[in-house]
This record gives sequence, C-alpha cells and structure tokens, in this order.
Amino acid sequence: MSCCGASPDFEAADELSRLVSGKLAAFLRTLREAGFAVGLAEGQDAAAVLAAGYAARPGLLRTAFKHLFSARRSDWEKFDGIFDAFWLGKRVRSRSVTSGAAKAANNPSLKNLPDTRPRADGNTAADQIPSTEGADHDRRGEGRMEGASRAENIAETDFRNLADPAQIEQAHLAAERLARVMRTRLTRRDLARRRGYRLDLRRTIHGNISHGGVPITLVKRQRKEKPLRLVVLLDASGSMSMYTGVFLRFIHGVLDEFREAEAFLFHTRLAHVSDAMKESDAGRALDRLSIMAHGAGGGTRIGESLQTFNRWHAARVIHSRTCVMIVSDGYETGDAALLGREMAALGRRCRRIVWLNPMMGWQGYAPEARGIKAALPYVDLYAPANTLQSLTALEPYLARL
Amino acid sequence: MKTRDEIAQALSAAGYIADGELATAISLMQLLRRPLLLEGEAGVGKTEVAKALAKVHATELIRLQCYEGLDQSAALYEWNYQRQLLSIQAHRGADADAVEEQIFSERYLLERPLLAAIRRDKPPVLLIDEIDRADDEFEAFLLELLSDFQISIPELGTIRATSIPHVVVTSNGTRELSDALRRRCLYHYVDYPDVEREARIIMARIDGAGASLAMQIARMVEGVRKEELRKVPGVAETLDWAAALVGLDVKHLHDAPETVHETLMCLLKTQEDRARLTREVSARLLGRVA
Repeated sequence: MSCCGASPDFEAADELSRLVSGKLAAFLRTLREAGFAVGLAEGQDAAAVLAAGYAARPGLLRTAFKHLFSARRSDWEKFDGIFDAFWLGKRVRSRSVTSGAAKAANNPSLKNLPDTRPRADGNTAADQIPSTEGADHDRRGEGRMEGASRAENIAETDFRNLADPAQIEQAHLAAERLARVMRTRLTRRDLARRRGYRLDLRRTIHGNISHGGVPITLVKRQRKEKPLRLVVLLDASGSMSMYTGVFLRFIHGVLDEFREAEAFLFHTRLAHVSDAMKESDAGRALDRLSIMAHGAGGGTRIGESLQTFNRWHAARVIHSRTCVMIVSDGYETGDAALLGREMAALGRRCRRIVWLNPMMGWQGYAPEARGIKAALPYVDLYAPANTLQSLTALEPYLARL
Repeated sequence: MKTRDEIAQALSAAGYIADGELATAISLMQLLRRPLLLEGEAGVGKTEVAKALAKVHATELIRLQCYEGLDQSAALYEWNYQRQLLSIQAHRGADADAVEEQIFSERYLLERPLLAAIRRDKPPVLLIDEIDRADDEFEAFLLELLSDFQISIPELGTIRATSIPHVVVTSNGTRELSDALRRRCLYHYVDYPDVEREARIIMARIDGAGASLAMQIARMVEGVRKEELRKVPGVAETLDWAAALVGLDVKHLHDAPETVHETLMCLLKTQEDRARLTREVSARLLGRVA
C-alpha cells in the first residue's frame, strides 16, 4: 500500500528508503540517548513503516515515527526537534528538555555540585554537553584513602561540614541505606494494619456450586490498601548546593525501594526525574540527571515550579495516600505570593506536605525568607534535614500516614 | 486497508474532524497491528476517535470502561452462576458428569467486552477507556491479552481470536502507565484543536451553526482557554455551548453579549472559574472575537 500517493518514481522511493534504513540504527541510538524507550520491536516496526512507503515525504515519515517512538507527552513534544536535527540537519532548540533558560557558560551542571562520589569510571568534571561524556576523566577523590579512623560519628555532622570525599561518600551511602530501611519498615506496618472484610457473594456462590449452592466455604473480600506514595520535590538551586548531592542519593534510594515514588527537581524550572533516578547504579543515575537538570545551581523559582507541578503532574502522581516532600531552603527568587497560592492548591490535593529545610538545623536560624513564610501555613511537618539523624527521625512520621 | 487520505476523508464523513497526524496514526494501526494510545486533557475528544473509527471501518464498537477495582470477571468473562445453580437443581439425581459438562458450556458463559472483542467475525473496534483508572494488575493482564489475543478459560480451554480487533486505549493521565504498555502502543497526544478546526467541528456536529457563528464561538473559546482557569474547557464543552447559543437563536455573538455571558456556564465547570470570568472579562474576550 502506498499511503502517500505521490511517488511516481518507484525506483527513487526505493533508493530513498534504503538510504533511510541505513541510518535508522543511528537514529534509534539518538532517541535512546534522549530518553526514549525504544527497543528492537520498534526498530522492526520502523523498517515496516519504511517499506510501506512512508519515507517518500519527510513530514509523513516524521509523523509516523512520532507515533511509533513516543510513549508519553514529553516524548511527543520533543520528538519533532530531534527528528529534524537528525534527518534534516536543523539544530535542536527549545524543544528538548535539556535546553532552556540556562546560560551554558556560567551554569554548573549537577555533577559540579558537591557530589564527589568517587566512582570506578572517575568523575567527569562539569560538562554541559552529554556527548562529550567520558572525554575528561579527572579524579577529584584523590585523597580518599585516608583510613577508617576519620569515620567518626557522621550521623550528627551537618552535611555542609563534610569536606573529605570519603566522608561524603559515607554520608551518601548512609542516606541511600536509610531510604531502603524506611521502605521495608513502612511496608510491614502496612500489612499488619490490614483488617476489615466483607462477604463476596458472587464468588461464594461460585465456589459452592459443587455443594449444590449451599454456601459452606465463604469467600471474603479484603480491602486493598493503597501503598503510601512519596513525591519528592528537590530544590537544586545554588543556595542548596551543599546538600543536593546527599539528597539525590537519598531520593535514589527511595525511588529504588518504594513501590510508588516520584521525584522532581526544580531550580528555575521543574524537571521530572523519576525515570533517570530509577537507574539502579547511583552514579549512572546522576549522570543522566545532569543532562536533564541543566541549569541547576542558579536561582530558585519555587512558586513557578510548583505551578508547573500542579498543572501538569499533580493529577497523575498524587493520590489519596500521597505524601509530598519538598526539600528546599525556601529562598524564593520569584513571587512569594504565587508560592503561597500554589502551596494551598497542593495542600488540597495531597495527604501531607513535609518541608525539609536543611538550614533549620543551623543555630540561630529563623524562617525569615519570604518564600518559606508564604509556604509555612500549608506545611504539615516542617523539619530540619541537615544530618543523617534528622533524616532518620522522619521515618516514624511517614509510617503513621 | 485504507490509505491515509481515505482515512482522513472517512473520518470527517463520520463527523470527526481529525488533524493530519491522527490519520497517519490510524493508517499505522492497520499496518503494524498495534493498539493506539490516546492521551490528552479531559474533553478533547479521545473517546470520539474510537467511535469515528468504528464508523470508518463500518464495524461494531465494543467499549470497556475502566475503573478502580475492575477485574477479569467484569472485563473478560464470567459464568452465569444463577443459571448454573438452576440447572443443577433441575437435574438433581442425573449423571453428575453430564451435568457438569452442561453447566460449563458456552451457553452458561457470559461474554464481557474483552472476550466479545476477539470472538467477532468482523474485527470490531475495542475501546479501552480511561485505562489509568484501572489497577496496575489489570494493566499487566491487558498487556498479555493485547500481545497474544487469546484467552484461556480453565473449564473450557483456550479461546483464540477469530479476528484481531482495532484497539484504542485512552488515558486521562491520572496515573502513570507502565512503560511496557506504552511501548506496546502507538502514541498520539490529543491536543485542543486550533480555531479553524474547532469551527469545523462545531459545524459538523451542531445543526444550524453557520460558518461565521462557528468561527466566532471557536475564537471565543480559544480566548477562554488562555485565561488562567482551573478546568480548561474541552471540545465537548464547546459543543454544549454552541448548541446552547444555537438553541437560543443567537446569530452573532456581538448582538447578544448578555446571553453570551450567561451561557458561559456551559464552558466553566467550577465556581472559582465562574467567578474569575466576570462580565468585564467576557466583554474583553468578546471584543477580540470580532
């Protein structure tokens, strides 16, 4: 079948589709790098699409591929840009997630933040462009073999006072471990609490047909409890840079272990990072993040980010047993009134809002920042989170939800 | 099998004004035999796509409305327990094997949408509406069905599809769907239509809506959508409003600003939004319609 009608020269069209097939593999790779879930089946189908004559017009091929390769709205929106860049040689601009308001020159990427977790493949220094990955390996964790004696009571140390890479590494591991422990405990409590049942009449009758319909064995119905869902919104602005690394590891652990958890990162914009964080290797997850969270380390527009969250994501990620955890110092560079409004809207939707503020653990800190003042009336739990101990203290609270 | 242009024409003949991308998606559905996943805000016409598709293929539409707690017995098949019991009572004393044979035969099987969809002679359109409302478990089960198109009923054996249905899955995005399901499907994001297309939709659906009135309504709705509202009106609301205006015999929006303002309730579904669109705002929007 020819869906395009206007291909009088069959030979030429055939030639074209052969050319396109040759580059198809490379295109699939490009898509995978851009976060599309493209597998072998899609590749085969793409070949089938080409064979069916869709390649005759770039516009038609783009639409066909768009339907085939996109799986969600974000894919849908950035696909055209990627397609044009690859096949038509146009530069990808505002369409893709990685670009945005950020000015490349003076915006450090996430890996620039004090997450100096030494890994086997080394820490790539601040790189803005994903394709140069692995180009410069500089080991920042040179002095990490300082021995175990330094590993004193890390639980009570403020994260910003951790300077030594080995200590930071320990804190990161502890944060991730903590997240895992929280998950298992929460689940067990959930099970033990289950009660309340009613009779399932249909199944009872069905099950007792062999007794001629006399209900001997009863079938009961148990209410299925929705598991607690945790939605974490992490502030990755400059003022938080001391803490971002540790919290990213904490979130990574949470996402790994909670059956239902979602993570968002915000600074001047909001980015949905659950997919990137679900990578089982924490280092790789952070790598992927740094591509997505372009512009981290700048100012904070909490209000606008929450607005985006409420408008586009809230309906999907929030249900009746959802706890929203905002990790931020509350230094709002945008409109504080907007923040208040959006917090109110968020409060209507979810079960609890927990606001973790690392600054709160500092001596003599009072919530004076405009942002935090506007937000506090809607927050159910306002807690410090500058040490591992304070993170641990959260767990009983979450278990009660 | 129809070509893309034929599909676009057939869709508009069926009363659905599609954009070019949707016609491509439907032609791909035929080519690759994959389900089509439609996402978009409530009221942009996702369900209508399936209805129009059934008309295009001149076939039956089988609809499965998903909800929380939807299980196999409501979606796939169930035995007619009451009849089975009656039959057992009636044949009391008869040969037990014969009775069993009888009560687990097709006559006692209640077809639910999914089973019905694969047992038709002519491939029907299977609409799985609001899949995001169903549980994860059901989604996984559905995935299995969509890849194999066969169902096994323990008492009866495996039932293979006599025809592969055209599957349309819609989601409102109240829950994140699994990657596996997303990958299985072709994806189409249904957006609010642009002014011109919305005007054509109004003309196709509402009898008595002339071209100029339809255009004015579409422009006005576009303006309303740009206001900061909690619930942005969809195409369904536009059609309601157009029907109301036509019913009230409004020929030109400028002639009846009062009626326009008072009938805006067709578009605005929350008290907050209603309060936000004051007389001044609606007059301003009306001014831009021209």
